[in-house]
Amino acid sequence: MSHRRYRVESAGEPRVFPPEARARIDRILKRYPTKKAALLPVLWVAQETWGWISKEAAEEVARILELSPAHIDGVLTFYTMYNLSPVGKHLLQFCTSISCHLAGAEGLAERCKKRLGIDFEETTKDGKFTLVEVECIAGCDRAPSMMVNDTYYEPMDEKQLDSLLDRLAAES
Amino acid sequence: MASEKVLLARVGRKDSRSIETYVEDGGYKALRTVLTGGWSPEKLTDEVKKSGLRGRGGAGFPTGVKWGFVPKDTKGKPVYLLLNADESEPGTFKDRLLMEEDPHQVIEGMILSAYALKCRDAYIYIRGEFYLGARILDAAIAEAYDKGFLGENILGSGYALNLTVHRGAGAYICGEETGLIESLEGKRGQPRIKPPFPAVHGVFGSPTIVNNVETLACVVHIVNRGAEWFAKIGRNEKNTGPKLYCLSGHVVRPGVYEAPLGLPMKELLFGADFGQGMKDGRKVKAVIPGGASAAMLTAEEIEDCPLDFDGLVAKGSMLGSAAIIVMNEDTCIVDAAKNLSKFFSHESCGQCTPCREGTPWLLKVLTRIEAGEGRLEDIDLLEKISNQMANGMTICVFADAAIAPVLSSVGKFREEYRHHIDQNRCLVGPRSAVPSSAPDLRPSTFDLRPPTV
Repeated sequence: MSHRRYRVESAGEPRVFPPEARARIDRILKRYPTKKAALLPVLWVAQETWGWISKEAAEEVARILELSPAHIDGVLTFYTMYNLSPVGKHLLQFCTSISCHLAGAEGLAERCKKRLGIDFEETTKDGKFTLVEVECIAGCDRAPSMMVNDTYYEPMDEKQLDSLLDRLAAES
Repeated sequence: MASEKVLLARVGRKDSRSIETYVEDGGYKALRTVLTGGWSPEKLTDEVKKSGLRGRGGAGFPTGVKWGFVPKDTKGKPVYLLLNADESEPGTFKDRLLMEEDPHQVIEGMILSAYALKCRDAYIYIRGEFYLGARILDAAIAEAYDKGFLGENILGSGYALNLTVHRGAGAYICGEETGLIESLEGKRGQPRIKPPFPAVHGVFGSPTIVNNVETLACVVHIVNRGAEWFAKIGRNEKNTGPKLYCLSGHVVRPGVYEAPLGLPMKELLFGADFGQGMKDGRKVKAVIPGGASAAMLTAEEIEDCPLDFDGLVAKGSMLGSAAIIVMNEDTCIVDAAKNLSKFFSHESCGQCTPCREGTPWLLKVLTRIEAGEGRLEDIDLLEKISNQMANGMTICVFADAAIAPVLSSVGKFREEYRHHIDQNRCLVGPRSAVPSSAPDLRPSTFDLRPPTV
């Protein structure tokens, strides 16, 4: 079982989808015979809207899709890609599954941890970087493979990693 | 000898993603043939049956036979076609390439297959990490609607189909077809007990067919060039058609390679058109032929090993998703098994106790051995745990997959395990030397220690 995150954190304020996000949700609902089936796509809209999915966002999704918050909680904690607490601007995802492992992925991740002064599942104080370990992301022929938010960076080596981190850190 | 590329023919072509270049290259011709050439859904299913096409996702089940399981009378229920684009098996990356580089081939294959199944609503379940792939498919689907290949009255035939891209959110188990169905319904992706099989009772309680990306891409070419042409490609009549092989690990040139089903393993690893041999001139130690779920093979076992469904079953392993992971002589086999167990421990969906409890146990014992804290009885313990997890103890075959790398590595590299336990370090690789700061070898916990290798 994924041991990544079990608790959906509170945003401390109500969440209401902005009109364009709400319009997207209405379009999504038309694609499925049940409201429940729209849950994963609607959670993606929530994550794209706020960067993570808070307890309040989950409650708003529950209201719109007429589902129990407990069901949504179960779904949110099952899938690893939903952020249940705020993450940094750049979510660095290191694959450490077999082909990347054979290509030295852990060494690369260690280098990154040292440079940023954080461990897996942690965020830098300036809120720029969050580091996570992920399982196979289908970049095995370009191992070690990693992702920053939705973008693949592969194959990686120490030099590439250093210049990538420099570039991302320089972004405002 | 490089054979003709069928599935990858358009990869690398300029603007390969656009519908204009696809049509220019003969794309959507198969759809025209079927929809305006008087093909019945039954005729298409028969062609696919005759081609011998077997599922490219892992199980290798004959595709046309699977389609035939949908009841003739669905009692008014719609039939759904789901494309399994969850590609999460460690070592597998072929479907990513097909979707990112030639999305219309995948979409045309889907429309054809949906027609054969008399399906009006189809979904592409794509893993969440394939954000780019999902965007590319979305754009391609919009183009296909514009050109009248999707939507109402396709090519004036009266046939209608809606196609939706549905993104997963990070869970290996959603590649299991009933896990995928549960996930599409908006739930945790925990597999269902079978029967009932999805073809009778699948998504939304309706007959459902789940097929892999590469499988449905093949359907386009079966229509264009005929079932007989397809059936002639491959090692024998049970293993037909072109196949994509995912080669990774310690080879010179990893990548996705297309060759007839039944390509000799040595050719893939060493052939000039393929892997071009081992990196840095090292020797092969072990090969995983079908992704993390497949039993490892030794260097001797790959000598005469056709890469197809039956060839690998004969070797006690499986073709799976054709993910060939090559490990060289410097690879610590205990470390590799530990890494594979980490994957399965992380990805167990948690619904069956033998798997939920067994996978972390395997990881724990392997971690202990790898860290130099193993006990000789741990080797038997690994086998004991494994045998209590699988063979029908669980709802799906995940547990069988989880134990394959453990049992095969323990069985084939037992001496290396013993060395690890005896010497508290690896037999090979960076951790094989006695570290200068290492504590003295622990006093034996056994009265009699076996000789070391």
